[in-house]
Amino acid sequence: MALLETRGLSKYFGGLSALNDLSMEVETGEIRGVIGPNGAGKTTLFNVISGVYKPSSGAVYFKNERISGISPSKIAARGAVRTFQRDALIHDFTVLRNVTVARHLHTGQTLLKTLFSNTVKLRRQDEEKAEEILEFVGLYDLRHELAANLAHGFQRVLGIAIALATEPELLMLDEPVAGMNPTETAHMTEVIGKLHKERGMTIMLVEHNMKTVMGICEKITVIDFGEKLSEGLPEEIRNDPKVIEAYLGAEEIVVER
Amino acid sequence: MWIKLLGIAAVAAVACAMPYIVELYQVEVLIILMFNLILAQSYRLVNTTGDWSLSHIVTMGVGAYSSALITKLLGWPFWLSLPVSGCVAGAIGFIIVFPLLRTVGFGFFIGSFALGEFVRLIWVKFHNPFGGPRGLINIPPAEIGPFDISDMIVYYYFCLGIAVISIWFMYRIDRSHIGDTFKAIHTDPTLCETIGIHVPAYRATAFIIGAFFAGIAGALMAHHQGAIDPHSFEATLMVYLIIFVVVGGVETFWGPILGVIVMTIVLELSRPMEEWRPLIAGVILIFFLVVMPGGLEILLPKGMAILRKVPAFDRLLPRGPA
Repeated sequence: MALLETRGLSKYFGGLSALNDLSMEVETGEIRGVIGPNGAGKTTLFNVISGVYKPSSGAVYFKNERISGISPSKIAARGAVRTFQRDALIHDFTVLRNVTVARHLHTGQTLLKTLFSNTVKLRRQDEEKAEEILEFVGLYDLRHELAANLAHGFQRVLGIAIALATEPELLMLDEPVAGMNPTETAHMTEVIGKLHKERGMTIMLVEHNMKTVMGICEKITVIDFGEKLSEGLPEEIRNDPKVIEAYLGAEEIVVER
Repeated sequence: MWIKLLGIAAVAAVACAMPYIVELYQVEVLIILMFNLILAQSYRLVNTTGDWSLSHIVTMGVGAYSSALITKLLGWPFWLSLPVSGCVAGAIGFIIVFPLLRTVGFGFFIGSFALGEFVRLIWVKFHNPFGGPRGLINIPPAEIGPFDISDMIVYYYFCLGIAVISIWFMYRIDRSHIGDTFKAIHTDPTLCETIGIHVPAYRATAFIIGAFFAGIAGALMAHHQGAIDPHSFEATLMVYLIIFVVVGGVETFWGPILGVIVMTIVLELSRPMEEWRPLIAGVILIFFLVVMPGGLEILLPKGMAILRKVPAFDRLLPRGPA
């Protein structure tokens, strides 16, 4: 059974359709790439799934329950968590504190406990879990650094660590390697690969960087003008004439000029 | 560790000795200082989520009115009406903040002013039970069981105790996961939503806790003055509260405390020039906004750095960020 399913999803901004009757399924344990030219509706798709936008028509189902229309925090609580293209983190917190605050859904530190009992133990539990996550993504040594002082690549990795702290079942990554140098890209690719292989995390990945997508995704969905253009294995996508024309081909022509 | 305890002991000793150091009439100022400490600290708590409220003085008034009415009309004892008034202020705080959760920034600022005025005008318009523009008089003096604590010096110690407990609770919230959540909401509400934080619920929580402690301060004030009226909770006083937190700063927990103490001293020193006080306060506000927008709290790390230059202190002072 599919973990995530969109049925006839459409989203209009005024007269402009950003998504048009888009249906797709993501299976548990899958790592799915979503690609498409600029303005194809990839980020809109994430915004609709994560509850930032309500769909104009159609619906999103997660674990067989309809999640479209409920608030982003409730969708996150059900286990579908996204990251952002921008550096979404608390700049004046340390790296560790960024991750512990994201333990929100699992912390057990209520207002009454905060006021009347000793929360040192609960706090320590959150910190241990956060340290474990930071170890996993390779930021452990930087845990006492202010998030604002990290290099761009590390900040994006911290963004994933924050998302992981919520213990998601579906992780949606919005252009995780955008603006990164080759070293940072390699680090990020390794983290995503490890998440998939070692933790069996279901991942949806929106990305412009073809090499990354083709390298780590098992299955790819191509979107153009808000519609699903093609779907399949990386080799199939690479050889699909429609995709080449809409996306890869166009890019090659630009490069040749 | 023991240097910390030593510091706390020193502050406690000064706080306990104060009524005997100053003139008797200045004990009055000390009592008001206690109200203002609770008030400014609870205002900072609301502010940690990034919301600037203009109704905080009115929520204090809610506490004052409800404690006055509870003791006068229902005949409840003061020790019971004090926490109940805090809860009433919290409940009214919830009613005020609920429609405001859809607004942020400037909208919240103006919206809270409007709703606060709405509450205040209810006191003006309804003579029964609020006493209309002339307010309530003959509020019973504070007493706990058979003990009358309305004597100035005794009441100072009582308020000191309540202030310490209130500030201790607010300190615990500030340092907790919940406090971190408030600050995270200030920085990036969108991110907070995506990690499962119900942002409106947490903004409301901060506002309600702030209203609760403001209500406590209000109740303490009502029984001290014996009379309250709607003018005691006007926007002018809100401006003074804002001056406290601007002078002290709101980034650290200690900023508002610093601001209240410094401004109380400044206003007390300006007693001979009573009618110039609003002007002095205004000049101070503008000075801090222009020259030192972070408030006095930005001097704290600098002061620590200077102390650290003395080797004897360096060994004693705690490590890491203050």
